[in-house]
Amino acid sequence: QQPTQFTNPETPGYVGFANLPNQVHRKSVKKGFEFTLMVVGESGLGKSTLINSLFLTDLYPERIIPGAADKIERTVQIEASTVEIEERGVKLRLTVVDTPGYGDAINCRDCFKTIIAYIDEQFERYLHDESGLNRRHIIDNRVHCCFYFISPFGHGLKPLDVEFMKAIHNKVNIVPVIAKADTLSLKERERLKKRILDEIEEHGIKIYHLPDAESDEDEDFKEQTRLLKASIPFCVVGSNQLIEAKGKKVRGRLYPWGVVEVENPEHNDFLKLRTMLITHMQDLQEVTQDLHYENFRSERLKRGGRLKIEDEEVNKDQILLEKEAEVR
Amino acid sequence: SCAGPVESKTEAAMSELVPEPRQKPVVPTKPMGINTSLLGYIGIDTIIEQMRKKTMKTGFDFNIMVVGQSGLGKSTLVNTLFKSQVSRKSSGWNREEKIPKTVEIKAIGHVIEEGGVKMKLTVIDTPGFGDQINNENCWEPIEKYINEQYEKFLKEEVNIARKKRIPDTRVHCCLYFISPTGHSLRPLDLEFMKHLSKVVNIIPVIAKADTMTLEEKTEFKQRVRKELEVNGIEFYPQKEFDEDLEDKTENDKIRQESMPFAVVGSDKEYQVNGKRVLGRKTPWGIIEVENLTHCEFALLRDFVIRTHLQDLKEVTHNIHYETYRAKRLNDNGGLPPMTVETEENHESNL
Repeated sequence: QQPTQFTNPETPGYVGFANLPNQVHRKSVKKGFEFTLMVVGESGLGKSTLINSLFLTDLYPERIIPGAADKIERTVQIEASTVEIEERGVKLRLTVVDTPGYGDAINCRDCFKTIIAYIDEQFERYLHDESGLNRRHIIDNRVHCCFYFISPFGHGLKPLDVEFMKAIHNKVNIVPVIAKADTLSLKERERLKKRILDEIEEHGIKIYHLPDAESDEDEDFKEQTRLLKASIPFCVVGSNQLIEAKGKKVRGRLYPWGVVEVENPEHNDFLKLRTMLITHMQDLQEVTQDLHYENFRSERLKRGGRLKIEDEEVNKDQILLEKEAEVR
Repeated sequence: SCAGPVESKTEAAMSELVPEPRQKPVVPTKPMGINTSLLGYIGIDTIIEQMRKKTMKTGFDFNIMVVGQSGLGKSTLVNTLFKSQVSRKSSGWNREEKIPKTVEIKAIGHVIEEGGVKMKLTVIDTPGFGDQINNENCWEPIEKYINEQYEKFLKEEVNIARKKRIPDTRVHCCLYFISPTGHSLRPLDLEFMKHLSKVVNIIPVIAKADTMTLEEKTEFKQRVRKELEVNGIEFYPQKEFDEDLEDKTENDKIRQESMPFAVVGSDKEYQVNGKRVLGRKTPWGIIEVENLTHCEFALLRDFVIRTHLQDLKEVTHNIHYETYRAKRLNDNGGLPPMTVETEENHESNL
């Protein structure tokens, strides 16, 4: 943001709208941000640890890990936890949607039905609210971003990964993540990342693409964006344990052969993932609204079904669609 | 004191000569009329030497199967165990191969030699296991393969003109790779081990153990052991086959503390403290495969190769194979045609 020039309001030609970004900024800070992050992946891939590490919180204090025999009968659950985080006056209302049971069953054919139903439900609710009478306090529970966890132990994407991502890539922004990255050497990581990117392209999976830096941004930001784009999928290590390393306390994991530091860019991409998420939170919301939600909305309206028609606009849309159908 | 065990073993091991029998505690014999120490040395103990020489000449078979999801390091571990390129990935199979749509069984044989002893090692790999979206009954092809090897052996055994040394393709040991999630076993792991522990010796192994800290490892092992116990899964060494107190104490320690072995495999060497060691290099340190403070690979290796190799074969032959055989003989006319004489001979052995 450019520093505001407090030119004399009496100067001829001065209108004063250059102050607008400040006003927007102040209003958003007061309003706070809402963000919904969905986390999907097999059990044991480090999802909860990573979320706790990213937001420096303990989202799952009373957690009981079920045994294999219990998992046999379980279906996929949806568990949403909300936490309010405040930093330097800026409030973030973060909802993390967890999907325990995904990928656990022997037959995972029905794994994603529950998850897709949840995503659609949030869109449906928003659509309903948006078309309603009182639109002052619409709560946006739509899923803005989905971290999809790929196993670091495999050789790339599994059939389940491919099928799931193809089923949701038109509904939500997918960010592929490889957690427990301390299981891989640097060379293995490069190989795995390349393999995954090749497979994503091969199967036509649409993951979230970071927008290129605008030409008027400074070089540092452009370079940072370039680096971020080149590191996808991010290979991260999560931890909230403080370990003593090289004389200072760092968050990390202590092994007999060394200490893995979470916030060390030479050890893993944790900082990159965090930067990406924070600087692009806005963009993730926009893409959800402008692309995924609009897709859903047009599909939904085409299909018909009950929707309270309050707006002139919605009427027009309906008529247009009906006319199109007639022509066809 | 070695005269006793030798006799019982020649009857059981029809495929090959048994190398030196395990040392049993000395059983005090009744004092004989002749005081052998007075008359001199007889030389019965040279039998061990003779058997050892015979084994070295004939060599022996060992068939090891590896089962687990792709990417758990099975091929690398087998190469590390036998310090040679014996796995599927080293035999010209492209490592970056696509995940097969069904479970395949691939057996690769190698002859490796050490100290004059030849081992015909067969590594049986099972690509595609547990990788599909629907993994129902994915253990069936594996169970089928194991039973087919028993059938092959049985057919040869009941043959009128039998080969002197029946080729042994039976699976002596099945390493089952558990994913190091740190949580618990997966439903598929339970199902597989429940079905297969009845037909083959299963040794559960925690793969890629460098993903867990010491505490996580201990906790995970405890949880896995408990789950296996609660679900009645008898992995090798099975409690019911402990022959005597000595076996029981030794095996109890292994069952209750060491297993499942949390291993790391590698076929790359690095320089550590002036020595060349097998390991994995990371930005925060080098993980030494054979260092017991880093992982339990050395324990697994000693267990499978240096102490229990023969026992694995014996349990396969005396128990799993005999169970299969008894079932087959009980089924109506299951066996291929043969003379009545031979059949009677066999039935009397049962």
